[in-house]
Amino acid sequence: MIRDAVFYMTSWLPESLQILVWVMLKIVFILVPLILSVAYFTLAERKVIGYMQLRVGPNRVGPKGLFQPFADVGKLLMKEVLIPSKSNKYLFLIAPILSLAPAFAAWAVMPFSDQLVLADIDASLLYVLALTSMGVYGVIVAGWASNSKYAFLGAMRSAAQIVAYEIAMGFALVGVLMAAGSLNLREIVLAQSGSGIASWYMWPLFPLFIVYFISGVAETNRAPFDVAEGESEIVAGFHVEYSGMGFALFFLAEYANMILIAALTVLMFLGGWLPIIETAPFTWIPGVMWFGLKTSAVAFFFLWFRATFPRYRYDQIMRLGWKILIPVTLVWIFVIGIAKFYTPFGGFFS
Amino acid sequence: MTFLQLCFYFFSAVLVFAAGMVVTVRNPVKSALFLVLAFFSAACIWITLEAEFLAIVLVLVYVGAVMVLFLFVVMMLDIDLAVMRAGFTRYLPVGSVVALLLIGEIALVMISGFTSESFPAPAAHGADYSNSKELGLLIYTVYVYPFEIAAIILLVAIVAAIALTMRRRPDSKYINPSEQVKVNRDDRLRIVKMKSEPKPDQQIGGDA
Repeated sequence: MIRDAVFYMTSWLPESLQILVWVMLKIVFILVPLILSVAYFTLAERKVIGYMQLRVGPNRVGPKGLFQPFADVGKLLMKEVLIPSKSNKYLFLIAPILSLAPAFAAWAVMPFSDQLVLADIDASLLYVLALTSMGVYGVIVAGWASNSKYAFLGAMRSAAQIVAYEIAMGFALVGVLMAAGSLNLREIVLAQSGSGIASWYMWPLFPLFIVYFISGVAETNRAPFDVAEGESEIVAGFHVEYSGMGFALFFLAEYANMILIAALTVLMFLGGWLPIIETAPFTWIPGVMWFGLKTSAVAFFFLWFRATFPRYRYDQIMRLGWKILIPVTLVWIFVIGIAKFYTPFGGFFS
Repeated sequence: MTFLQLCFYFFSAVLVFAAGMVVTVRNPVKSALFLVLAFFSAACIWITLEAEFLAIVLVLVYVGAVMVLFLFVVMMLDIDLAVMRAGFTRYLPVGSVVALLLIGEIALVMISGFTSESFPAPAAHGADYSNSKELGLLIYTVYVYPFEIAAIILLVAIVAAIALTMRRRPDSKYINPSEQVKVNRDDRLRIVKMKSEPKPDQQIGGDA
């Protein structure tokens, strides 16, 4: 319906441009809510951690502090963007964009419900994995271009950490695609339909679910894996030299990545847009709402972790990634391979 | 010119530019970053050829992992550019001969009837055609032995790399984590019971 209206209003354009306008409009409809939720996620983090630490959190700007994100954005916009004198100017300015762009681009293949997906491509799971692995360039380039010891140390830590956890993450996804028999996120969710919460992949793939989420926390450089920032050791790590909007873009990228990982966890292990129980009162709620609710619930864990766990030591991070998470995924891939074909009850995941 | 052709020319231009910068730029880190750009635009060209699985795997493996490690090493090295450029004039004749040979070979192929008429593009597949599935079927049926042999060679390389670099370091402060977890209170804490002593000021007062 909206599509017809858009095509009617732009009927003076050639058809290829009409499609372009329509796709651009869809991108705006995905990105604006995403940026808004990123803004409110920062407020949620401060509020949630505030209450966990018996504080109130921000409560001055607007009712109950609800306009705090806009005040923060306004402040950061008006600050001067400082460029360190011996830094590499172009790379210094490109780095925040390199870190934000993949976090947004991955939403192109995200199925919000059975029909609501911008690009329903065949290998969307791989596409998302490839894009999340590119986010590390923002961190590395920022650390190197700043020409600062702390920033460089943060970048090196981040590079080693992300390469290690990406392998565990990839193997966890191999398990998911073996179970679903597809690389398409929409089909992965549809493969989990049937009997509500009981048929979600979090049960048969429980170890992979845990490994994926832990790796996701590590990939986003969040506590307890935030050695790339490590305030107490290297001040702010890779973005120590950034001010104003440069810093704001890194901040945005971190939170957008958190929401992305939460959304992917929901799609692959928690049944995406499917309701908890597939009967009347639950099926009345639209799929987009279910997707949003589940994503928020998973995203809450990121905040909870930050308020709960102390930061890992660097060697502990490497040990967890290489010696615990990767072997667990390898064993479970083998288990899925057997369960798919040779069980007393016939194949699982049909 | 269709949109697809426009994409092809754009990404090819970026690819050629990036590849040229890889060898000409002075800073090794920048040249590694241009190599990343080259890989990325190559992946974009592959996508226009409907090889989306290969394209995404190229980004995932080379851009996402290999080049990150490569940058990691290049950033840590202190490379002296003067030493690297010292033999430029000496190797220039050999290099140009190789380059001319390559250009000649490509030119020979181009003149000997390699046109879009003699090798027409295969028909475009439908939207439901799964590239990854076809590739998987081929690898695990027709090419299963070469594929497994390649896997074994890679495994040997991994084992060899670890065996070559692994060494016992006597000065390492490594602690076995399971021992750390197993520790209990008695290993770390000793409660000493002792009698209370009289207050010092009373003692002083008593002596005086």
